[in-house]
Amino acid sequence: MSVYNQNRGGIIQIIIGTIFFLIVGQLVSLQIVSNKYKLAADNNAIYRKIIYPDRGIIYDRKKRALLENTISYDLVVIPNEAKGVDTAALCDILRIDKEEYSKRIVEAIIKNTRVKAGVFEPFLTPELYAQLNENLYRFPGFSLSERSIRNYPYNTAAQVLGYVAEVDVNFLKKHESEGYEMGDYAGITGLEKNYESVLMGQRGVKRFLRDNKGKIQGPYEKGEFDTVAVAGKNLYTSIDVQVQQLAEKLLQNKIGSAVAINPKTGGVIAMASSPGYNPNLLTGSQRRKTIGRLLLDTSRPLYNRAIKGQYPPGSTFKPLGALIALDEGLITPNYGYNCFGSYGACGDPRKCEHHNAGHAANLQLALAYSCNSYFLQVFRMAIDNPKYKSAKAGYLKWKEYMNAFGFGRKLGVDLPSENKANIPDTAQYNRDFGNPRYWNSCYMLTLGIGQDRMTATPLQLANSMAFIANEGYYYTPHFVDSIESETEEEAEQLAPFRTKQKVTKIPKEYFDVIKEGMHDVTVYGTAAFIKVPGHEYCAKTGTAQNPHGKNHSLFVCFAPKDNPKIAVAVIVENAGYGSTWAGPIGGLLMEQYLNDTLTIESKLKADNLSQVDLMPQAIKNWYVQHNKAAYMAPIEYNNDELSDVWDMEMLAEGVVKTKAKDTTPPAPTPLPNSDKTNKDSLLPNTDKKKRLKP
Amino acid sequence: MSSNYNNNFSKGTDLAVIILYLLMACIGILSIFMVEYNPNSDWATSFISGKTSYSKQFFFLIFCSFIAVFILLMDSKVFTALANILFASGIVLMLATFVLGKEINGSKSWIPIAAGFNLQPAELCKIFTALALAKFISRPETDFTKLQSHLIAGAMIGIPAILSIMQHELGLAIVYSAFIFAMYREGLPPIILVVLISFALLVIATLLLEPTLLAIILTVIGGLILIYLGKSYKRNKQAIIIVASVWIFCVGTVRFVVPYIFNNVFECYQTTRIYSMVGKEYDCSLNKRSAQKPGAKAARKPDDYNVKQSKIAIGSGGFWGRGFLKGTQTRGKYVPEQNTDFIFTSIGEAFGFVGTFTFLGLYLFFLFRLIRIAERQRSTFSRVYAYSVVGIFFFHIAVNISMTIGLFPVVGIPLPLISYGGSSLLTFTALVFILLRLDADRQMVLR
Repeated sequence: MSVYNQNRGGIIQIIIGTIFFLIVGQLVSLQIVSNKYKLAADNNAIYRKIIYPDRGIIYDRKKRALLENTISYDLVVIPNEAKGVDTAALCDILRIDKEEYSKRIVEAIIKNTRVKAGVFEPFLTPELYAQLNENLYRFPGFSLSERSIRNYPYNTAAQVLGYVAEVDVNFLKKHESEGYEMGDYAGITGLEKNYESVLMGQRGVKRFLRDNKGKIQGPYEKGEFDTVAVAGKNLYTSIDVQVQQLAEKLLQNKIGSAVAINPKTGGVIAMASSPGYNPNLLTGSQRRKTIGRLLLDTSRPLYNRAIKGQYPPGSTFKPLGALIALDEGLITPNYGYNCFGSYGACGDPRKCEHHNAGHAANLQLALAYSCNSYFLQVFRMAIDNPKYKSAKAGYLKWKEYMNAFGFGRKLGVDLPSENKANIPDTAQYNRDFGNPRYWNSCYMLTLGIGQDRMTATPLQLANSMAFIANEGYYYTPHFVDSIESETEEEAEQLAPFRTKQKVTKIPKEYFDVIKEGMHDVTVYGTAAFIKVPGHEYCAKTGTAQNPHGKNHSLFVCFAPKDNPKIAVAVIVENAGYGSTWAGPIGGLLMEQYLNDTLTIESKLKADNLSQVDLMPQAIKNWYVQHNKAAYMAPIEYNNDELSDVWDMEMLAEGVVKTKAKDTTPPAPTPLPNSDKTNKDSLLPNTDKKKRLKP
Repeated sequence: MSSNYNNNFSKGTDLAVIILYLLMACIGILSIFMVEYNPNSDWATSFISGKTSYSKQFFFLIFCSFIAVFILLMDSKVFTALANILFASGIVLMLATFVLGKEINGSKSWIPIAAGFNLQPAELCKIFTALALAKFISRPETDFTKLQSHLIAGAMIGIPAILSIMQHELGLAIVYSAFIFAMYREGLPPIILVVLISFALLVIATLLLEPTLLAIILTVIGGLILIYLGKSYKRNKQAIIIVASVWIFCVGTVRFVVPYIFNNVFECYQTTRIYSMVGKEYDCSLNKRSAQKPGAKAARKPDDYNVKQSKIAIGSGGFWGRGFLKGTQTRGKYVPEQNTDFIFTSIGEAFGFVGTFTFLGLYLFFLFRLIRIAERQRSTFSRVYAYSVVGIFFFHIAVNISMTIGLFPVVGIPLPLISYGGSSLLTFTALVFILLRLDADRQMVLR
């Protein structure tokens, strides 16, 4: 029978062959045609671990570290391995309850899955670290993971340096191609943000094999595809820590800002904005506690007034107004204006602080006494310049000068979100006054004394001083002088800071006149009582009206008079006369920088100044209402002061209506060397205001 | 056995099969080594310590070599003489597992014997069934063209198969259908093969298509056949009756039999696997057998996890493979049961298409060699037995590889000579070497 069926052996072979052919077909499709399996396998098994390099350090001009890196520890947990944990003991150490414990475990699972380590408690204090380290064997699945955080040994320059924080979704979207991942840290504000790419360094990637439970098996391909982490580069800035600290100290209990620039380089020596905060409060475990309060604080400590605050420059603008008129050939240094205490050429008279005859007999005198009438007249001449056909054209020319001086535009400082402040456009006046044919210099008269709609940031003001000090040019203000082992690309980034901004062709002799005038300010003028031991300097005070309350106190200066090394602008909000508050602060900053120390007398003065409380009542009141005095300046508000609060109109209902005691707030301590003969130096808070109507 | 070669012993033994056998077994040990390899420990020490699977498999191989030599030294008449007794005792052993059995991996098919070793009678029963079937067909009084003989042979195969299903060893039961090759070779009418294949297609169609649509298609096919028969059906009313009854049978199968089997005979996970083959989901609440055990574990990995990871492993090998010991799927232990049922993945990942193609080529060569041996036998006993061995090997290979590449539902059957496991290696060794022993005496007529 087998003989008959012999061909059946062949059929069986065909069947077997067919099935094998089908199998090979499927293998072709799996192994050759499709590449998704390779990707799926890599996804499964390759675990990329990012190695974070140390961030670069930021130094001041004398190579003192403004910030450093320190190690902090996080308690991390791999939820899948956290079995048999002595929960009670752990909760006891961390002072949490079991509910919180399970909540955090769930959070860790959501964020990092069950098999990856997720943060359970970030930034352990040294005590907690020690306690946990000792007991770690009782908490399987938990471990302590190191991370580098910022530390600020001088507690200073918080707003300038900025802070680093965990990146959010928006950040990731913006920097998609730069390899950031959820949970990374990046500079969010200040220099940390601006120089993020330099400070960050280059992250290394290590590839590991992991098994089906997420456990690391060892390096992938013996680390062939790994990249090494390169530490971030250090930044060398022009900041002087001592001047910076002094500026912050002097601005304590005040709202305001101070900026000091080295005119020779454009390097910012100090930039303070008050109220500020201690940068150490925004690192490590402190951050969670602080950031919310800082964000909510009505005095806005995170806000860098030096580059964002817009202030009417007031009289500090006068030297520039004079420069424009001189350059346009409208006046000579000998030009005089017969001022009797007010300017009435535009109808409604504008008041001048001086009425003694001859106080504006020439430019130098007018600057020294800060004669309003004189500069109003000069401004009108510039606008109504016969060279140009209309007031509009004259105004545009004037605006061109202002822009060239660095006003009304961003200077390009190496900090994020600089404000350009405002030099009004003609469009704004056209809107208000109609056709340009219908308006003339009288309509915007007070621009001539730095009021009206003109605003400037403290940085712009300081820069204008550098411009005058340099007699016609400035360097774009900046912090970073050099980057450690600079690449070409980085040099390009810094190139604008190394290029002279030759803005105008105003002849030197005009600058000489302005400088002389500003020097006279410090000799017999409005700032005569402010001295810088060992140095002659030039300055201009300003007392600017503003819609927010009392006048702003302004002071701009540079020193030494010949060969200037520092240009300063100081603003104290709602404080009164420029020479009273801003002036002494500017003087002390110059002294500190030029002499590298303060005389005993100056130290005393500085201490006194720092104690003076010029916080607007509305803000104090906010603190009282929110019970937040504790973390602001160490000031206790007594009942008398509180009662003064009730008088404020800002205080509406909702506050306990107790007896409304009618007392004036205690006058600030008089300054030790205030010159009583000088008009500006009279302190009283209840003083009459300049009657200037914008 | 290699050391024991002498003229007398090696006379008539097919050397090619022995070489292939050894080659396969070595590939198996190497594959297991790839799976177990741990770069953090010295492989030589762990090999000698004998705690790893590959070293165990190596010792199994040595043990099996002794068995092989022993078999080759036996008289071939022993096999014909003992065939029926062995078969009977095999069935008894399988029945005994229901009493003595120990549950391993969810199937109660193991009898514990000394020193921690377990015996799976269902595995051994394959050999005994092959021998008994050969014995039955080779009887002079058996006429294998008769239906009666087919039914008796079917019963001989069916009993151990059903016992295997009762032991939750579906894979082993499927392998019993391997004897169809031998029976076909000995005179089983081809129509039965055609009917069986048609039935398989019908079942697959039931899974893929809506029952109503399928019924319409079947009706159309029936109608077409009647039209084709044309005039002849007028003369032969039988034809109409046959077509009608086939139609009723098919629709009945689609409507009632298949759902009944899926819901009442198969376990939930088995049905789910079968459904997932065609990319469908199966609602386990329909399954009566699972419903009977409310305590059964509800949460388990999605059922296609194995196949998915297995396909990833094989697919990631690409054309040339990821290289020896470099497969990430294998190193990361992503493929469950990779030592045993999914051993093919480690070859596929490490050596790619080149490796799998070569490997399949080796198997094919091995099977064709066995068929050649089968065809050169003078005695029916040897030939039937040889085809049984071919069938068993082929079914193991085809089902196992198909399931790792997603062509067949996951059933737990090992890859012959490759998968880790002493029982399995011993069974295949015995199957091959009994055949070689018989082949050595191919000039004799054995009954």
